[in-house]
Amino acid sequence: MAVTEDTSTAPINGKPQSWWSGLSLSSIPTPYWFVGAFMLLLPVLVGPFMLFQVFGWALILGMIALSLMFLGGYGGMVSLVQMSVAACAAYMLAIFGDSAITQISLGWPWWVAIPIALVIATGFGTLTGALAVRTEGIYTIMITLAIASAFFYFTRQNYVLFNGFSGFNGVKPPQLLGVDWRQPIPFYYLTLFWAAVAYLSVLYVSRAPFGLALQGVRDNARRMEALGYNVTAHRIAAYVFASFIAAVAGILLVWLNGQVSPGTAGIGPAIDILIIAVVGGLARPVGPFIGAIIYVLLRTFALDFMVSMGLSGERFQLLVGLVFLGIVFWSPDGILGLWERWRNRMNSTDRLTGETRDKDGGSEA
Amino acid sequence: MKGFMARNPFWSLIIVLAICFLVWAIFAPWPPGFVDTFGRKKIFLNALFNGVTLGALYFLVASGFTLIFGLMKNVNLAHGSLYLLGGYIGYDVANTTGWWLLSFVVVFVVVGAMGVLLQVLVFQRMEGEDLRQTLVTIGISIVVADLMLWYWGGDFYQILTPDWLSGPIQLPIVTAVKSSGEAVFLKYPFVRIVILAASIVIGIAMWLSLNKTRIGMLIRAGVDDRDMLSATGVRIQRVFVLVFAFGAGLAGVAGVVGGTFQSLAPGEDTRFLLASLVVVIVGGMGSIPGAALGALLIGLAEQFGSVYMPTYAVVLTFLIMVVVLAFRPQGLLGERR
Repeated sequence: MAVTEDTSTAPINGKPQSWWSGLSLSSIPTPYWFVGAFMLLLPVLVGPFMLFQVFGWALILGMIALSLMFLGGYGGMVSLVQMSVAACAAYMLAIFGDSAITQISLGWPWWVAIPIALVIATGFGTLTGALAVRTEGIYTIMITLAIASAFFYFTRQNYVLFNGFSGFNGVKPPQLLGVDWRQPIPFYYLTLFWAAVAYLSVLYVSRAPFGLALQGVRDNARRMEALGYNVTAHRIAAYVFASFIAAVAGILLVWLNGQVSPGTAGIGPAIDILIIAVVGGLARPVGPFIGAIIYVLLRTFALDFMVSMGLSGERFQLLVGLVFLGIVFWSPDGILGLWERWRNRMNSTDRLTGETRDKDGGSEA
Repeated sequence: MKGFMARNPFWSLIIVLAICFLVWAIFAPWPPGFVDTFGRKKIFLNALFNGVTLGALYFLVASGFTLIFGLMKNVNLAHGSLYLLGGYIGYDVANTTGWWLLSFVVVFVVVGAMGVLLQVLVFQRMEGEDLRQTLVTIGISIVVADLMLWYWGGDFYQILTPDWLSGPIQLPIVTAVKSSGEAVFLKYPFVRIVILAASIVIGIAMWLSLNKTRIGMLIRAGVDDRDMLSATGVRIQRVFVLVFAFGAGLAGVAGVVGGTFQSLAPGEDTRFLLASLVVVIVGGMGSIPGAALGALLIGLAEQFGSVYMPTYAVVLTFLIMVVVLAFRPQGLLGERR
């Protein structure tokens, strides 16, 4: 199905097309202009708190959820370990780079520490993936959940390397080009840049031969194997790619919070990432970002909202749980699925034949 | 068993030797050199017994999980919530009526009824949709965890052991020999031994009813080929509801047991969900003997880990899981499908 999703970038008439030929300005869909302009002009519209704590955080969570969406949506492997991969990158940056815990941190310059952190975190994600792909479907969720909690317990009990319960604080982004990257506006643009890179690369990979083969593996692994594809290698490669995205997000996350502790990668946050990805929708790369912004807004303002409604603010978790339950119960493909169904109902005439479609035709995902 | 010995003579020999060594380590007084390397025998014996009883508790939780998964391929990630809910309800019942045994009956019925609701309202609507079931049960466990926090608060609860079960008893196992030549015997809480015996009885009863009764025959047939079984005219949905109620009730009963010899608090639901996940992954999905073996291994690993290498005790259980996955992805006693 996804093969025919968008034919505009596929080679036509067998003519060899280079990858940039589709990138003329007119070929960029209109929504991209609006969203891009909105995101770029956001610092003019909202204050530093919204920029830093709401949109910065949402973009980072969106990237981590995007890595889950790539694995789950295109690879059919729902991995709960992505938050741990991000936290692993954050820990490694704190260990190799600078932090307030000087007896552990090595204090290497950022251009050494960041690549090392990315490589180690990606390696961790890949190892997990190599274990997880030995099993299928529902087992993947259980195994990755178990590995994520093992990571949580390990970091909580290891004081030599991970500084145990309290973790690391005082991790700051470097002062580069005369800009303090921890100020809201520069940090917002930094996260926006990397989120856009992650989004576009997922979009690109999903239409590249590797991504198409991965979707083939998701739909019918045995047939792909019979066609000569190495199914295991494709799945592990998907883990490498997704783990790298999560690792980049982890480095941004530790800069945003200024600290990393076992709680960053607990079982709760790992499940929150799944919630974000599912609420947004696992079918498209934009879903996780929508889910993340909803989650962060809920997280930030639900407390005030509930108190103003006369309810106890402690029941925040209940609200999140009910929203999540409602969405997975009635719309398994998330907010995006709801939106698509609504749009289908609005223009229910078939574009091809001009006839009126069935009421529920084409709404099933 | 015989087939295993014929196929793997080397491993059989090692297993037999290990069992002999274990029996010797349990019953014989330890020589001094041994004590120097491994610490006092009492510590070892306590770790062993705690490990076995913890394994019994894990078995109670995980057997319901594995039965439900094996028959219906339903992944019930709200299983830990059922455990904690059972514990809380058992605490309330035991506290108000003063009857410890009554709480087991009430909890089994109430939590079993919750299981029926789950099966009818959730799982029957989304049969075969693995991911959706997982997500919905995660959502349910979040909601239920917060409701329980609301009602019971964040305190620790412990269900009081009734008088006739409390206090230690003396086991005929020598821990040390005094200089006067008098032997010191191991003292162990009676209630833990009763719980261990009860879970062994439950395990054997489950195995017998699975292998020797008509309903067990239906369940085993359902595990092998669900569609064919329903084609022969069995009302398979009824079997499903029954098994789900039983598995959920067992989780609730395990909650009462856990509340008696450990304690109940928010967060225990996730802990026991993870424990049963690891147990069934190690033992093999859908296999009751596998759940027993996995529970025993994990319980022992946790207790011995906390005695001999306290820093990494929790990680040890996950390490076992990773090793099993790497060499035998279907679990120790699981069957490859």
